[in-house]
Amino acid sequence: MGLTPSPESAVSYAPVSQEGWVATKLDFLVNWARANSLWPMPFGTACCAIEFMASAASDFDLARFGMERMSFSPRQADVLICAGRVPFKLAPILRRIWQQMPQPKWAISMGACASSGGMFDNYAVVQGIDTIIPVDVYVPGCPPRPEGLIYGIMLLQEKVKKERAADKTLRNEMDPDPKSQLYIPPSLIDQISEPFGNSVHQTRSSL
Amino acid sequence: MPTTKRTVEVDLSTSGLDAQGRPVRVPLVTDDRGNVVPMEAPDALEPDLAGEHMLINIGPQHPATHGVLRLVLELDGETVVRCVPHIGYLHCGFEKIGEYRTYNQIIPWTDREDYLNSPGNNVAFALGAERLFGIEITERCKVLRVIAMELSRVMSHLVWWGTTCIDIGAFTPFLWLFEERERIYELFDMWIGARLTTSLTRVGGMGADIPDGWMDKLTGFVRSFPKTIDEAERMLSKNAVWVGRTIGLGVMSADEALNYGLSGPMLRASGVAYDVRRDFPYLDYETYDFDVPVGTSGDVYDRYLVRVEELRQSVRILEQAIRRLPDGPVNVDDHRVVLPPKHKATSDMESMIHHFKQVMEGPRPPIGECYVAVESPKGEKGYYMVSDGTPKPVRWRIRPPSFVNLSAIPKMVEGHLLSDVIAINASIDIVMGEIDR
Amino acid sequence: MSNAFQPVVAGSACATDAPAPATPRNVPLAGGDANPSAAALQRQFGDAVAGTSVVRGETNVVVANARLLDVVRWLHDDPSQRYEYLSDVTAVEFRDPEQPIEVVWHLRSLAYRQFLRLKVELPRGAELTVPSIWTVYASADWMERECYDMFGITFAGHPDLRRILMWEDYREGFPLRKDFPLRGRFSRSEQLRQALAANPEARYSMEELSVADAFADLPTEMRRRLRAGEKAGE
Repeated sequence: MGLTPSPESAVSYAPVSQEGWVATKLDFLVNWARANSLWPMPFGTACCAIEFMASAASDFDLARFGMERMSFSPRQADVLICAGRVPFKLAPILRRIWQQMPQPKWAISMGACASSGGMFDNYAVVQGIDTIIPVDVYVPGCPPRPEGLIYGIMLLQEKVKKERAADKTLRNEMDPDPKSQLYIPPSLIDQISEPFGNSVHQTRSSL
Repeated sequence: MPTTKRTVEVDLSTSGLDAQGRPVRVPLVTDDRGNVVPMEAPDALEPDLAGEHMLINIGPQHPATHGVLRLVLELDGETVVRCVPHIGYLHCGFEKIGEYRTYNQIIPWTDREDYLNSPGNNVAFALGAERLFGIEITERCKVLRVIAMELSRVMSHLVWWGTTCIDIGAFTPFLWLFEERERIYELFDMWIGARLTTSLTRVGGMGADIPDGWMDKLTGFVRSFPKTIDEAERMLSKNAVWVGRTIGLGVMSADEALNYGLSGPMLRASGVAYDVRRDFPYLDYETYDFDVPVGTSGDVYDRYLVRVEELRQSVRILEQAIRRLPDGPVNVDDHRVVLPPKHKATSDMESMIHHFKQVMEGPRPPIGECYVAVESPKGEKGYYMVSDGTPKPVRWRIRPPSFVNLSAIPKMVEGHLLSDVIAINASIDIVMGEIDR
Repeated sequence: MSNAFQPVVAGSACATDAPAPATPRNVPLAGGDANPSAAALQRQFGDAVAGTSVVRGETNVVVANARLLDVVRWLHDDPSQRYEYLSDVTAVEFRDPEQPIEVVWHLRSLAYRQFLRLKVELPRGAELTVPSIWTVYASADWMERECYDMFGITFAGHPDLRRILMWEDYREGFPLRKDFPLRGRFSRSEQLRQALAANPEARYSMEELSVADAFADLPTEMRRRLRAGEKAGE
């Protein structure tokens, strides 16, 4: 597989023959405006929300990025920052909030719990919000330092700036595949973690 | 229910206040002689809208609910008739996971349930585990833990204060108070390497001893912090808007508060002088000189005053702890619970065996159970651990103060206005991570 | 401040020469001074008290299931006991299948500065029901609901026993039971499917919808679903 993207899915950076000087300049202007005024929708649930608040406060100051205007109404937001763990009870709420956001919209999954379930590999927590909504940037950390979140936001800004209006597939609403098989039984996990063993034996209550 | 009358002196250039300190808006009209007089209230208002109650849903995603709390309110106009809170939107199975982890492995989970009071939770859990194991910690460890708990109390109260200000409409104190939080973050970062979710303690001691220069930095913080408290209090305590929005709201009498199981500042604001540090002490708190603030009326304003005073008392305790910190080892010298130093574990056979046993298996406590409660900023926080002799607990129960405090919210908001619901909710100081676990 | 205000002070009923509370040191695993309430309970209720023990400085009293409410009410009302504060209600299921499930109550007397743990043992295979003490302590409301949600223990006499942490029609079982696997019984995709199938707007209890006029204002589609028998979750 490797890390090289397949040619069909890559967005071409070379100007297409129909795209002229005006189209590229327009793209640049629109993307620059969008990237520097991303209004976040803080879907803060747990500890990452506190670090998000610290990012917005004086020391790390998200206002430098045009993001000080927190939009708690999804209708007026650009980027959903899911900060914190998402249990299954909250999953339909998150999906609904995402659906209520109008295009163009992006999603940042802040923290280990939002990206993959984090330390909560149990019956109650969604193992990664990308099973519910499409995510653009994953910020690892538990919780990520405000510098980490800001790096993630800057990556998103770069992603926004690379968008092309000519790309028709950009604003498609995607639903994650409902038929994906996500179950790995504990016995298989133990098997996979051989030969060094899983010293924690995370799904065994006894020794 | 009858409340005690009290007077609050409010700083105002004009007096436009009624007896409770709320601003009075009196429409003025000109009468036939050209004088400006207050308008008479008209006899009949709009057609009678009584009889239709509205069902409003606040949350679970809402800026002012302090987390993923869902309140379903039945409103008669603007007045709340009934409130049904729904929780569970942050339930992550902490207690279940606790049965699958050894005692030291549980400590990172204690960070994340009440994430505003992470070091405090770490200390509380370590105290419980040490009681279960039957370990006595060193004197230096005790004082360091007191420092950690009081810093944690300050951190939590600063978040409460900043977010309550935002809820009620004052934005500036939030920035000032979070700047102070950054100072405490820097302290913990120096100490243990993490800002928020610290995993500070281990069973038998601490994760790390304080580095050089840490005490000076703490002393500097303790010296400069009271000025910020004074600044923020000056903005609010005699402010007509703040007083008007918080006085007389969400009143709980002492008997009600006890019966509803409230604890912490909620209980003390209602006039019950119960502080776990005072009445069921731990970490030698009885040897520290501090006061426990108690309110008189049990309303939101009293809870605010109690918490602000607790910040000052925490500073007092910190000053005493700084002076009395003894030298000596931080961890207890017991190879069954405390990991050997790394250089020994990789060279000395015996240390390597101890290290191996602790990491692969975990230390085994005797069969028994133990409930240790501490005074967290939210109230009585307890960890109930039951051991059957294996390295992983049979049951790890978190007694969440915010859970019990929140259960009283239907009682507190009945009869108040919709905007008061937000103020009352803010005054409970809830952390959904602790409520839902 | 009015002169009539008197704070309720913890320890107000302790003897004046009683020692000030101190941090416990070197607490033994078993033995030590028992809480005097244990002996008082044995005198008052005789055979309803199945046993007492002192573990790590805390007094445990095992009470018969049928008499629990009387015991708790006596502890609350009697002036020599004054347990006016309920700290916790929880349950413990042991890994050993022979041991019964214990339902645990933590009571505090602030006036006497005492802590007491009451237990009721529910043998395996028996019906998991204990009396609710909501009539004595209002704080028992949510704590008993949580105990029901996590263990499946029914609290007889509770006004509104429904799930509180999981959603009301959660089908996987009772999470804190030992036969409930850590990751749940269903596959991850099935758990996601069931969670996402919940309609956030339909999550009102029938008690809330009984706000009479609001029912008529519900969207037609929602009313149709409710009439068709869809249980409004929560």
